[in-house]
Amino acid sequence: MNALAARRRHPAAIAILLFLGLALVGTAYSLLAPKSAQAAVSTADDVALGKQLFLANCATCHGLNAEGTKSGPTLMGVGAASVDFQMGTGRMPLAGPNVQAPRIDKVKYTEEEIAAIAAYVASLAPGPAIPEGKETTGEGGNVALGGEIYRVNCAMCHNFAGSGGALTRGKYAPSLYGVEGKYIYEAMLTGPQSMPVFNDTNLTPEAKASVIAYLKMTQSEPNVGGMNLGNLGPVSEGMFIWIFGLLLMIACAFWLGQKAA
Amino acid sequence: MSTTASARTAADLRADDAKVTSATGSKAGAAAIWVDERTGIAKGAAYMMKKVFPDHWSFMLGEVAMYSMIICLLTGVFLSFWFVPSAGQIPYNGSYVPLQGVIMSEAYSSTLGISFDVRGGLLIRQIHHWAALMFCVAITVHMLRVFLTGAFRKPRELNWVIGSILSMLAIVEGFAGYSLPDDLLSGTGIRAAEGFIRSIPLVGSYISYLLFGGTFPGEAIIPRLYSVHVLLLPAVLIGLFTAHIVLVMVHKHTQFPGPGRTNENVVGFPLMPVYTAKAGGFFFMVFGVLALISALVTINPIWAYGPYDPSPVTAGSQPDWYMGFADGALRLLPGFLEFELFGFTWSMNVFLGAVALIPLMYTAAGVYPWIEAWVTGDKREHHLLDRPRNAPTRTAIGMAAFSFYVVLMFAAGNDIMAIRLQLSINDVTNLFRLLVFVVPVIVFWVTRRICLSLQRHDREKVLHGRESGTIVRTAEGKFFERHEDLDEFDRYKLVAFESPAPLALPSATDLNGVSSKDAKKARRRVAWSNFFFKTRVEPVTPAELAAAHHHGEHEAIPGGSGHAAIKHDKHPH
Ligand code: HEC
Ligand code: HEC
Ligand code: HEM
Repeated sequence: MNALAARRRHPAAIAILLFLGLALVGTAYSLLAPKSAQAAVSTADDVALGKQLFLANCATCHGLNAEGTKSGPTLMGVGAASVDFQMGTGRMPLAGPNVQAPRIDKVKYTEEEIAAIAAYVASLAPGPAIPEGKETTGEGGNVALGGEIYRVNCAMCHNFAGSGGALTRGKYAPSLYGVEGKYIYEAMLTGPQSMPVFNDTNLTPEAKASVIAYLKMTQSEPNVGGMNLGNLGPVSEGMFIWIFGLLLMIACAFWLGQKAA
Repeated sequence: MSTTASARTAADLRADDAKVTSATGSKAGAAAIWVDERTGIAKGAAYMMKKVFPDHWSFMLGEVAMYSMIICLLTGVFLSFWFVPSAGQIPYNGSYVPLQGVIMSEAYSSTLGISFDVRGGLLIRQIHHWAALMFCVAITVHMLRVFLTGAFRKPRELNWVIGSILSMLAIVEGFAGYSLPDDLLSGTGIRAAEGFIRSIPLVGSYISYLLFGGTFPGEAIIPRLYSVHVLLLPAVLIGLFTAHIVLVMVHKHTQFPGPGRTNENVVGFPLMPVYTAKAGGFFFMVFGVLALISALVTINPIWAYGPYDPSPVTAGSQPDWYMGFADGALRLLPGFLEFELFGFTWSMNVFLGAVALIPLMYTAAGVYPWIEAWVTGDKREHHLLDRPRNAPTRTAIGMAAFSFYVVLMFAAGNDIMAIRLQLSINDVTNLFRLLVFVVPVIVFWVTRRICLSLQRHDREKVLHGRESGTIVRTAEGKFFERHEDLDEFDRYKLVAFESPAPLALPSATDLNGVSSKDAKKARRRVAWSNFFFKTRVEPVTPAELAAAHHHGEHEAIPGGSGHAAIKHDKHPH
């Protein structure tokens, strides 16, 4: 103790303290921070391949080191989940300037290529990893709870049935029909574009699983009431009655009028 | 098979009644006598049975409305057996899995019950709702047909007013019903309505407080809306509707002009048995169509909306279509119309569209018969309808007003349009702000043009016959198309209308050269009269027809006033 006290003013002390402090913060961070992707799957080879692919396909917009340019934001810290979501749903690489990157169902990249780029982006700065496990399929989720979470957090943009809705200035929340569980999870985790981020303190993995379970359930249930007219609410119902209802009624009236008494 | 009822005065009608004797020897006859001796109903029934109705498909639109309303009433009774009008919160434990265990109001829970656990409940719910939509559609087109054919003119102005009130109440009734199930969408609707009420200057918040029995949402609104929806408004609707039909009976139905149809008679089928059979058949057709639609197409899937809770809102929150125009107006009104004055907030951006518009529009519709009568100075009774083209300015006004309504209605779907057409919702909204002013003007102009050119075409047809499609080559090698003369029946329909000339300008000043108040009024009326009648097409007069016909000797030509008539002669044409 004395020895320590004596060396308190030693020039090296400040460096040691700094080092200890950093180590402590660092350990705490690595314990608390979201797990990053490269931990489990990615190898140095993946990262190298990813860098290659990135330079060829993405760097024009996102910059040579993913630092961002005028035509694309920085990818520092977006995490592997974001890359997986953006490429897996065909949004990236963006074909050209647009109010919003559209979903394209025909994805041009293999899973390995996407994984490689994701690994490379994740190696630049820590960010949310690609979610795995049963949460992404909605397994074990509580459908009723998921419905409530969905209505409170998602319906205002994506519509009550996940049919999509308009946002300002040409932006829109897309339809959620047929979107894979993993991408629903990633969308919540990374909050693409105008969508807010729902991180794990916001919505726990179980809550996310419940939302996915709810969406899967409502999308696979039969239409008990008959055709659903796109689940767009009263507008499509009004169109239907004006066009088909009125037409049928007039046809009946006309037919009856033609009939001799 | 057609019958002509030519009596117009009440006394004549009674005279008819006296001749009726019932009593065949049959059992039914005996029963009829039994009833008649105790109620004296035979007279009235006979009077009704001999009523004559003309046949035209557009006269059935009112019936579509009537039957849809009846279907709503019947299915509504069924729903009321299970519906629980209460905002009390309970956990759901019915058979719809995605909501099991969720806390919700009894209203919502019982509606889910009707949809999933009552046999046939969902079908009846869907019939009730589709019939309500059909009711409002039918009223709208019925109103259009009455307007465009001039059926609102003397002596039917009062019935037009009753109709306007019916039409307004129908949408209020619809809105009340739509708000009952307490699902996310209807709750959002009530929330919006509460906002509208609050936007009423000065007293809005007090009215809202009274209606909701406190602050929103409270427990009072659903039971109150229920009383309004199943008791108050249906009673008023049925009362007004009965008055409406009785007046149709008293006035007798109008008819389109045609040979043998005059302002003094009605040509058509007697109520018994022909018209009743047809009308009864038509009821089942309307019912069948609505049942078919309801069996095949979902309406208001409340289970997908989830229970109401003031925090969430869904994208694409819209009212049913008949409230769409008010919602559209609300979406178009710019935000800067809200301002503060004398320490109050005046939310004109909400009030004008959501509260003031509806009564204003229906008042405008209601007073129109008097406006037109003032302009034309026409005090006569009209039992013959105008073909829409023969009243170009009225038709144009009607279509312009309707287009205004339609633009507002479409504006309520601005978000759906934006996403379906991949447009910016801001652009769509601004476009509608423009359209709402521009479209009615264009529609007015175009409609009037079309009417006038149709009238000119009619004239051509009367004077030169219809194109036969036969090309004739003359000896000199010229080609021309042979025109066939119209037969008298067709021709009559094309010439039997009035085309009043605009009023002439009286001298603008009185004897002393001072402009008098009366003269000013007269000038205003002349200006309006010119607006209505300046460009017009006159019907072909017999003299013109004779001139056009080189073989027209056998036409008996009555002295032509502006009103052309063609008398029948014995030669088949
Ligand atoms: C034409 C330019 C362009 C190209 C090429 C492009 N991007 Fe993007 N990217 C953008 C723009 C612009 C955005 C931001 C807006 C958006 O997401 O649509 C973006 C967003 C992203 C995001 C989301 C960032 C966040 O904040 O979550 C990721 C991840 C991404 N890009 C990855 C890629 C990858 C990987 C490639 C190559 C395969 C690629 N991009 C190619 C323009 C481009
Ligand atoms: C503020 C509006 C908003 C909210 C709230 C919102 N989203 Fe989104 N969401 C969007 C937008 C905008 C996009 C499109 C992003 C893009 O194209 O990159 C989107 C995209 C998605 C996608 C991707 C769909 C596809 O086509 O691949 C999913 C899945 C998704 N959201 C799920 C959710 C869920 C689940 C919630 C609730 C927890 C939610 N969103 C809440 C706006 C929203
Ligand atoms: C509850 C809704 C309504 C019902 C059930 C209804 C029903 C009817 C029926 C069955 C007729 C006779 C046949 C016909 O001309 O179509 C009629 C006539 C008439 N209706 Fe309606 N109607 C309704 C609303 C309206 C509205 C909204 C208006 C216009 C504002 C209106 C104005 C008239 C007029 C003026 C007549 C007499 C027309 C004539 O004799 O040619 N009605 N109605």
